[in-house]
Amino acid sequence: MTTTTVTASGIRGKRAGFLRDVMSLGGRALRSIPRDPESIIPALVIPVFFFAVNVGALQDLTERLPGLDYKAFQLPVAILFAVTGVSRANILVMDIQGGYFDRLALTPVNRLAMLLGFMVADLALVLALSVPVLILGFIVGVRFESGPLGVLLFLGIGGIWAVVYNGFPYAIALKTGNPAAVNTSFLLFMPAMFLTTVFVPEEALTGWMAEVIRFNPVTYLLSGLRSLITEGWDLREILRALAGVAVVAAVSMPLALWALAGRVRRA
Amino acid sequence: MGHAVVAEQLGRRFGSVVAVDAVDLTVARGEIYGFLGPNGAGKSTMVRMLTTLLLPTSGRATVAGQDVVRDPVQVRLRIGAALQDAALDPKQTGLELLRLQGRLYGLSSSDIKRRVDEVTPLMDIGAAINRQIRTYSGGMKRRLDLAASLMHNPEIIFLDEPTTGLDPISRTRVWDEVRRINQDLGATIFLTTQYLEEADILCDRVGIIDRGVLAAEGTPAELKRSIGSDVIIARFGGDSEAAKDAVGALPSVQRVSVYENELSASVTNGAGSISGVALALSQAGVEVLELTLRTPTLDDVFLRVTGAHLQQDKQLEQADDQQDGASEPAAEEPLK
Repeated sequence: MTTTTVTASGIRGKRAGFLRDVMSLGGRALRSIPRDPESIIPALVIPVFFFAVNVGALQDLTERLPGLDYKAFQLPVAILFAVTGVSRANILVMDIQGGYFDRLALTPVNRLAMLLGFMVADLALVLALSVPVLILGFIVGVRFESGPLGVLLFLGIGGIWAVVYNGFPYAIALKTGNPAAVNTSFLLFMPAMFLTTVFVPEEALTGWMAEVIRFNPVTYLLSGLRSLITEGWDLREILRALAGVAVVAAVSMPLALWALAGRVRRA
Repeated sequence: MGHAVVAEQLGRRFGSVVAVDAVDLTVARGEIYGFLGPNGAGKSTMVRMLTTLLLPTSGRATVAGQDVVRDPVQVRLRIGAALQDAALDPKQTGLELLRLQGRLYGLSSSDIKRRVDEVTPLMDIGAAINRQIRTYSGGMKRRLDLAASLMHNPEIIFLDEPTTGLDPISRTRVWDEVRRINQDLGATIFLTTQYLEEADILCDRVGIIDRGVLAAEGTPAELKRSIGSDVIIARFGGDSEAAKDAVGALPSVQRVSVYENELSASVTNGAGSISGVALALSQAGVEVLELTLRTPTLDDVFLRVTGAHLQQDKQLEQADDQQDGASEPAAEEPLK
């Protein structure tokens, strides 16, 4: 074996600070993304698939409604399909199961940064995933009445929504440390994304569905995103979209923080 | 300069289960202290309390002069730890892991580079430092884990079973590194082990923990001396009580214990006592199958204080045999 001498360099550790902790752990989570392609590929394929199928199957039918551009109507759906539930929660579970979470907890790192680092990486990832879907929309002729700033707001709201929604899988990951349990967060995805105006506009819905969508925050999120494409700057619709995101955040974020507190509680 | 580690009546319960029961211990600065015990004895619970991962339910402890409950961050800044099974992120490269570790301890980029240059020779893995950790062998992971725990120059290093599951060559390498860190850096080492040989060879002092209780403590030599100068081991067939009574009655025998069909007698003069032991057993109607004279080991100490053997060395030997026979690449080469 190589004989080595360990030298005492006089360097000592100190607290790095909250922002540096978040950026350090966010950087680590970002580096893991290209090494985990199987978790990204579905997020690229599924929205394109749904966009193509929905437009192909329903465009002629729905465009009988006056003034409806169905491709523009479907683009926000494709974006939400691309970003919703795309998280690094599976990596967090591996950290917990493999003991790396404990190794991080042994350092003076801010405990909140242990969650926010993942969320920073999620935000970067979902913004990157949104771009090809958006380009697809442009290719098929969708144009934003709100202009380039509207496009940025459209991406921003989608990104914030993704981070807010991810509070659920992170809460499950932190609480259970179980990958199968994390996958059950998909069950939330189904009612959130399908009990809303995903296929046809609100005015075309009847019966119980017309009632249920009023209670789904995603309805207002979709409406706000669509308004940026078809209406321009409709402040009321944008605020309603942000309110929908805030309602979900009011549930998901406390759950994630509660689960994080339990995981690092040392009890 | 105070003690590196002080535990006073330190305890931890999980519901009705007492994992660590009112342990008092002190570890001097610069010492290698071994916490020896079988699986489930409470070693890891003790380490998790001392490293701030787990709150004690009774007693108190200070590490590097900082209270583990009141000042956990101050403790974390002063300690390094390598937990069981090399807790690493398999998707990072070795270098990325070391750099991240440095950043989380607030080191500047230049300090991180310097520390990486200083600790990577420990790992002895060459270009593999740029590979993902999932490609490393068990020995490489352990050494990387150790190197990561050193990035911020800790005063005290906790090693939880650092050699469990390693092949003999890797185990010896880890021992060398532990000694070197202790001698060159003056770092205090608190290590847990279930291997008698490891505790005997590596540690300045050893605490024996059994079912959460610190049953004995001292230098390996002191502990072995407490047994006597020699040990006579007799494997026998027949009545164990009769065997124990017959040997215990001999004036040269200081202590006798029986575990299953094995009698262990501590004597002052082994050569002069062995024939008397054989004769006493024979006269008691006990069939002697095998009679051995040897100097005391920590296992004898363990047997005396707990009433059972610490048998993991045999398991280790079996594991070693299996590893020797396996076609796995020498554990020091990265897996392709």
